[in-house]
Amino acid sequence: MNDCSGDDLLKKLKQKESSEGLKPSDRFNIPAQPMPSQDAVERRSNVNEVALGYTETEAKLEAMRCLQCKNAPCVQGCPVRIKIKDFIMAIADGDYKKSIEIIKENSLLPAVCGRVCPQEVQCQEKCTVGIKFKDPTKAVSIGRLERFVADYDSENQSIPHIEPDTGMKVAIIGSGPGGIVAAADTRRAGHDVTIFEAFHKPGGVMVYGIPEFRLPKSIAQKEIDVLVKMGVKIVCNFIVGRTRTIEQLMQQDGFDAVYIGVGAGLPSFMGIEGESLVGVYSANEYLTRANLMKAYDFGKGADTPIARSKKVAVIGGGNVAMDSARTAVRLGAEKVYLIYRRSEKEMPARIEEVHHAKEEGVEFHTLQNPKRIIGDADSRVTAIECLKYKLGEPDASGRARPVPIPDSEFQIEVDTVIIAIGNQANPLIRQTTPALEFNKWGNIVVDENCKTSMQGVYAGGDIVLGAATVILAMGQGRIAAAAINEYLAAKKGRSQA
Amino acid sequence: MAHKIIYKQQLSENVFTAVFEAKLIAQARKPGQFVILSIRSDYSERIPLTIADADADKGTITLIWQRVGKTTSEMSDLKVGDYIDNIAGPLGTPTHIENFGTVICVGGGIGNAPLLPIARALKDAGNKVISIIGARNKELLILENEFSRISDELIVTTDDGSYGRKALVTVPLEEICRRSPKPNNAFIIGPAIMMKFCCGVTKKFDIPTQVSLNTIMIDGTGMCGGCRVEVGGKPKFVCVDGPEFDGHQVNFDLMLKRLDAYKHHEHEAHDKYKEHRCRIGLDRKE
Ligand SMILES: Cc1cc2nc3c(=O)[nH]c(=O)nc-3n(C[C@H](O)[C@H](O)[C@H](O)COP(=O)(O)OP(=O)(O)OC[C@H]3O[C@@H](n4cnc5c(N)ncnc54)[C@H](O)[C@@H]3O)c2cc1C
Ligand SMILES: Cc1cc2nc3c(=O)[nH]c(=O)nc-3n(C[C@H](O)[C@H](O)[C@H](O)COP(=O)(O)OP(=O)(O)OC[C@H]3O[C@@H](n4cnc5c(N)ncnc54)[C@H](O)[C@@H]3O)c2cc1C
Ligand code: SF4
Ligand code: SF4
Ligand code: FES
Repeated sequence: MNDCSGDDLLKKLKQKESSEGLKPSDRFNIPAQPMPSQDAVERRSNVNEVALGYTETEAKLEAMRCLQCKNAPCVQGCPVRIKIKDFIMAIADGDYKKSIEIIKENSLLPAVCGRVCPQEVQCQEKCTVGIKFKDPTKAVSIGRLERFVADYDSENQSIPHIEPDTGMKVAIIGSGPGGIVAAADTRRAGHDVTIFEAFHKPGGVMVYGIPEFRLPKSIAQKEIDVLVKMGVKIVCNFIVGRTRTIEQLMQQDGFDAVYIGVGAGLPSFMGIEGESLVGVYSANEYLTRANLMKAYDFGKGADTPIARSKKVAVIGGGNVAMDSARTAVRLGAEKVYLIYRRSEKEMPARIEEVHHAKEEGVEFHTLQNPKRIIGDADSRVTAIECLKYKLGEPDASGRARPVPIPDSEFQIEVDTVIIAIGNQANPLIRQTTPALEFNKWGNIVVDENCKTSMQGVYAGGDIVLGAATVILAMGQGRIAAAAINEYLAAKKGRSQA
Repeated sequence: MAHKIIYKQQLSENVFTAVFEAKLIAQARKPGQFVILSIRSDYSERIPLTIADADADKGTITLIWQRVGKTTSEMSDLKVGDYIDNIAGPLGTPTHIENFGTVICVGGGIGNAPLLPIARALKDAGNKVISIIGARNKELLILENEFSRISDELIVTTDDGSYGRKALVTVPLEEICRRSPKPNNAFIIGPAIMMKFCCGVTKKFDIPTQVSLNTIMIDGTGMCGGCRVEVGGKPKFVCVDGPEFDGHQVNFDLMLKRLDAYKHHEHEAHDKYKEHRCRIGLDRKE
C-alpha cells in the first residue's frame, strides 16, 4: 500500500469503506502521515514556520488511521477533554466545519494548541494506535489534525453569540492564553470586559516567548482580533499593581470581578560563578529581544540589538531551551550547544522540537551541567566549564536523578550563554496586593474554581501552576470564566432583589 | 493609546525635556519611579526614563532625557503635537521618603533629572536638603534653577571649571560629610562610575546611601532578567526590586561592564539613524 500516491490510496480506502467497511487492520496499514516541513538547511536562515501543515489528502488519511475507539482513551489525555474521535471522524468525512465546531466546544485556541501542545505526553500518549505499535510517534497525530482544521477555518472570523449587556465589569489581567479565553467566555455572558496588558502588544508568551518559526504571531493576533470584534477592550502598557492596583480597579474603577493571568516571572539562574558576565542571558530576555522587538531584524528596521554570537551554549532541556537554541541558529551562530544534565529521554521538550533542533544542527550535550562560566578581562564570556553526569535513582518527580561525576570537568569555548532552567513566580502582583494569598513559591493559591482568597478575584495559568502549558492555562481561563459568570449572576441577583 | 507631546524644550546641547499626555501614570506615579516607552510599536526599542515631574490634574508627565543613542535621538527630533505609541508605568518601587533630618542629594549629568523629584519630596517631608549637582561642563549642566528653589544649600561643579566650582562632585561631597553633625542620609544619582566613587565617600563616613541604577531593561515587570545587578552578593532585578538600592551594597564594577555590553551594536543603530536623517531630512518614517 505504501508505494501508491496519497490521493490514490485515499480513493481506494474510501471505496472500500463505503462498500464493505474498513477493518482495524486496514487502518493500521495506513502509513502515519509525516508533517511536511521546511528544508532543514534553508530554515536555518529564516524565521518562517518550520512545520507547514497537512494537505487535505494527508489530513484525511491520518484521520482514517483513527479506530474510533469506544472508550476514546485519547480524550482522557487532553486537559480540556476535546471530543477527539468525533472531530477526527468529521475530518475523515471532509466536514471540516463540523470538525472545528466540535473542537471549539472545549478549546478556543486550536490553531495554537495543535501546534504547541506536548501531545506525546497528553492526548497522543493514550492513543490505542500508538500503543498497538508500541511507538508513541505512530499514534494518530491528533495535534496535527487539530491544526489542520483550525487553519482551514482561519479565514472564518465569525463571532460567537453574545448575551445582552449585564452592566457588570470584568477586568482580565494579562493577555496570555488564559486571559484570552477568560475574556472571551465572560464577554459571551454579556459582561463588559477589559484586558489589561503590561507589554505594548497583547498575546503573552505566544507573542514574546514562543518563536515565529513555531507559532506565527499572526495566529495569536487573529484570536485577539476576534476578541476586539466581540467588544472586549484591550488596554496595553497598563501594569496592574503599578498603573492601578487590583484594589483600585475594584473599588475606584468599578470592576466587579478580576481574572489574574500574569504568567511566569523572574527567570531562575543557577547561582554559579560567572553568571553576571556580559554575554549571559536568561532565555526570557534572549527570546523577548528576538521575538517582541524583532531583534533578528536589527539593522534592517529593528532598533533592539541582540548579541551577535558565534558560539552559544544553551542550558536546559525544555521547550524554552529548544526555542533559544533554534533562535540562536537563526541569528547566525556557527555553533549552538544544548547542555542538559539528564539524558535525552528525560527532556521535557516536545519530541518534535528536539528533532527539529537536531536537524538544524544544534549539538546536544546531555548528561553535562555547567559548573562555572569563564570570562576575559572585559568580563565577556569566553568559555563554559561543565561537569559530566550519570543517572542515579529516581527523584520525587520520578525522573532519574542526575549525579555529577567527580573530576570530570572540561571546558567548551563559547561567547554566549543562555540560561533556560525555568522561572519563578511573577513578583509584582504579590508586592502590590497584600490581601491575596500566595504559596511559598509565590504562586497564587486558588480553589478548584480558580477562585483566590479575595472576593471576586480569580486566577489561572502560570501564575497559579508555576510553569504550565498553553492548554492548561487556557483550561484554567475557562474554569475561572465560568466561576466569574456564576459569581456575577448571583451578585446581580442580589442587587436586584 | 498614543501619547501627545504638549510641551518640549532643549535644556542643553544634548538634554531635552518634554511633557507628555499620560493620565493614568500621572495619577499613580511617586518620586523615584520611571516609565518604559517606545516610539513606535513594531520595531522600536523600549527604553526606561525617570518621571521627572507630573501633573495629576492635567494628566501629564515630564520626562528629561539625554541624547545618547538612537531612541533618545529620535525623541529629540519630535515636535510639540507629535505622538509616541507607548508609555508604560509607573515602574519601580517608589523612593522611601521621610524626615531624616539633613540629607545630601548628589546628581551627576543627566542624573539630575531623576534626582529632582526625590529632592523635592525630601524637602516637602521637612528635610534640610543640601544638593550637589555636577556636569562635565557648563553646556551640559541642567536644572540648576529647579534645584536652587528646593535646596537649603546648592553646590554646582563642572569638571572643566567652565561654571561653578571646578571639581568632581566627590570633592564637595567629602567636605560636607566631614561637617558636624554629618548628614543623616545621602541620595546619589548619576553615571554608574560617579555613583561608585560617591558611595566610596559616604561609606567612609558611614552615611546611609541610596543610589538609583540605570541598567538596561526590556520589560520592566520582572520577566526578562535583563536588568539584574548584584547587590550584597545576590542577584537583584532593578525594575521590581529597585531602581533604588543601598549604594554600599551594589557591585558597580559588574554593572559598569554590563552597561557596555551593547555599545558596539548601538553605535551602529545610531549611526544608521543619523545617516538616514541626513538622506531624507528630519522627516523620517520607517
Ligand atoms: C519560550 C517558551 C516556549 C514555550 N513552549 C510551549 C509549548 O511548546 N507548549 C506549551 O503548551 N507551552 C509552552 N510554553 C508555556 C506557555 O507559553 C505558558 O504556560 C502559557 O503561555 C501561560 O499562559 P498564561 O495565561 O499564564 O499567560 P502568559 O502567556 O504567561 O501571559 C501573561 C501576560 O500577562 C502580562 N502581565 C504580566 N504582569 C502583568 C501586570 N502586572 N499587569 C498586566 N499584565 C501583566 C504579561 O506581559 C503577559 O502578556 C512555553 C513558554 C515559553 C516561555
Ligand atoms: C530606571 C532608569 C531610569 C532612567 N532615567 C533616565 C532619565 O531620566 N533620563 C535619561 O536621559 N536617561 C535615563 N535612563 C537611561 C536611559 O534609559 C538610556 O539613556 C536610554 O535607554 C538610551 O537609549 P538610546 O536608544 O537612545 O541609546 P542606545 O543606542 O540604547 O545607547 C547609546 C549609549 O548609551 C548607553 N546606554 C544604553 N542604555 C543605558 C542606560 N540604561 N544607562 C546608561 N547608558 C546606557 C549604551 O551603552 C550606549 O553607549 C534611565 C535608565 C533606567 C534604567
Ligand atoms: S488540546 Fe492539546 S492535548 Fe487536547 S487534543 Fe488538542 S493537542 Fe491534544
Ligand atoms: S485513542 Fe487514538 S485511535 Fe482511539 S479514538 Fe483516540 S485518536 Fe482514535
Ligand atoms: S527589565 Fe526585565 S526583569 Fe527587569
